[in-house]
Amino acid sequence: MFPTPIAKTSRTWQLTYQSLLPLALILWLLPLISILIFSIKPDSDFTSGNYWGWPSSFQGFANYGKVFFESDMPRYMLNSVLITVPTVIGCMILSSMTGFALGVYRFKANLWVFFMFVAGNFVPFQILMVPVRDLTLEMGLYNTKTGLVLFHIAFQTGFCTLFMRNFIRALPFELIEAARVEGIAEWRIFWYIVLPLMKPALAAMAVLVFTFIWNDYFWAVVLTQGVESQPVTAGITSFNAQYRAAYHLMSAGSIVAALPPVAMFFLMQKHFIAGLTLGAVK
Amino acid sequence: MTHATLPDISPAPDKRSWWRRNQIGLSPWLFLAPGMLFFAFYVIFPIFQSFQISLLDWDGLGEPEFIGLQNYQELYYDDAFYTSLWNNMLWLVLYLAAIPAGLFIALFLNQTVTGIRLYKSLFFFPFVISQVVVGLVFTWFYDPTFGLLNVMLGWVGLGPINVLGDERFVTVGIILAGIWPQTAYCMILYLTGLNGVNPEQIEAGRLDNAKGWKMLWYIIIPQLKPATFIAFVVTIIGALRSFDLISIMTNGGPFGSSRVLSFYMFEVALSEYGFRMGYGAAIAVVLFLIMLCFIVYFLWSMYQEDKR
Repeated sequence: MFPTPIAKTSRTWQLTYQSLLPLALILWLLPLISILIFSIKPDSDFTSGNYWGWPSSFQGFANYGKVFFESDMPRYMLNSVLITVPTVIGCMILSSMTGFALGVYRFKANLWVFFMFVAGNFVPFQILMVPVRDLTLEMGLYNTKTGLVLFHIAFQTGFCTLFMRNFIRALPFELIEAARVEGIAEWRIFWYIVLPLMKPALAAMAVLVFTFIWNDYFWAVVLTQGVESQPVTAGITSFNAQYRAAYHLMSAGSIVAALPPVAMFFLMQKHFIAGLTLGAVK
Repeated sequence: MTHATLPDISPAPDKRSWWRRNQIGLSPWLFLAPGMLFFAFYVIFPIFQSFQISLLDWDGLGEPEFIGLQNYQELYYDDAFYTSLWNNMLWLVLYLAAIPAGLFIALFLNQTVTGIRLYKSLFFFPFVISQVVVGLVFTWFYDPTFGLLNVMLGWVGLGPINVLGDERFVTVGIILAGIWPQTAYCMILYLTGLNGVNPEQIEAGRLDNAKGWKMLWYIIIPQLKPATFIAFVVTIIGALRSFDLISIMTNGGPFGSSRVLSFYMFEVALSEYGFRMGYGAAIAVVLFLIMLCFIVYFLWSMYQEDKR
């Protein structure tokens, strides 16, 4: 293990390390801690100039209550859920199939198809912006959640295919060979043999795509407008415009908007990290 | 009628249906079809369309007019374009700082003490949070009237500086905000990488009296190559995609000095400055070509890896 395990070092360094850890963490998360404190402050703290000090009174309930009951935030949150969940499901379906095809079969175009997916996934969004917006308008899906979902599924399929293919490559191939010798149909091999083995990878991917889509801002601005279809990332900006200089409310709103991916991360921590490293380390 | 004595030379062509015979060859394409169609429709095809649109003068509603390379010609004389391009380069270079920073934090956290798992998770936090929120927090941090940065500068007798209102500092200020979550990402990549480092090599290194930096440079970093590669890929892509932070923190200002190509493109094509789809597409094409250099390099590396 590198660096030298702390247990093998001198007592003073052990103590320093133990006290350095929380200090470093607080410093690292200072921006988040500050909005957390902002969000429970009363309005008067900001007018009296007490920005970074301790809240003069606890107004958490009032602030968060305002966000939940007197603004459009719940609506935006619901939109985000209705955009994110179908996207995740769609990606899982499409990419388990593409990943299977590219991971199991050896055919000439295999690597090229795979590279098409990977390259497409790396492309800057802006090159797609004008045509995709146009396409969505033509299909009558502009400013609908469906329009956003369809695009997200298509775009994320690139990343998800890369992910699933690498995972399937690592599965024991003999299993599939054996099934073929038995004369089992290919789709049955997919459904009964490979799909059950893919479960951990699918879970990792799902958490990751959830975070990506929930946090998407660019496409939300390009393909939707207004409270009936915009997700919370775009919603928070109009919320903030509405409550300009009401720092306590903006903070509370931001925390509410940021919470679902954070909760997801903590619930599915193991999968999440497995997903991020993309098999970088086996 | 049985041919018990004669071996069956043609393997019963009528018994196995056409599907059975071609199953292995066709299956991959059937499995690929839905995903590929979707992807082609929404990603591959639009890329080519953008190239085509970049040759048009079009407001997105009326009749488009073919004007050849005039959009590119206009770009050539557009100062805002050069500002954006320069800022993009700045993003590319400075954003890479997230990689060593991530490695540093990973080394710091790669210990086994009580609660270290929680520490690692909390250190990773910034990456999970929407850039919209990150942008907002950093805007307040930089605020000239109450921002914590100026409060701290005041302690040492400096300031106040208006980071986001000053053409000299604005881009660097935004990049720093972006580096924060990106460092968290690189840190996680390296933490998993450090897990996989061969302990025998470290022991061998220790016997050879390799310590500290030497150990890190000659033994650890070479073994972290896969993690470094992924960190490099995601950081480059992140740098070229930077849009959210700029849009939230400065909206391109002051006087357009914090624009990058992706933001400028959006501004030209879809904001109050007008709907010049053709010109926007031309900017996007330039951005795409920059990205393409990296994409080719990434794919080349992956191809080399695949051959082995």
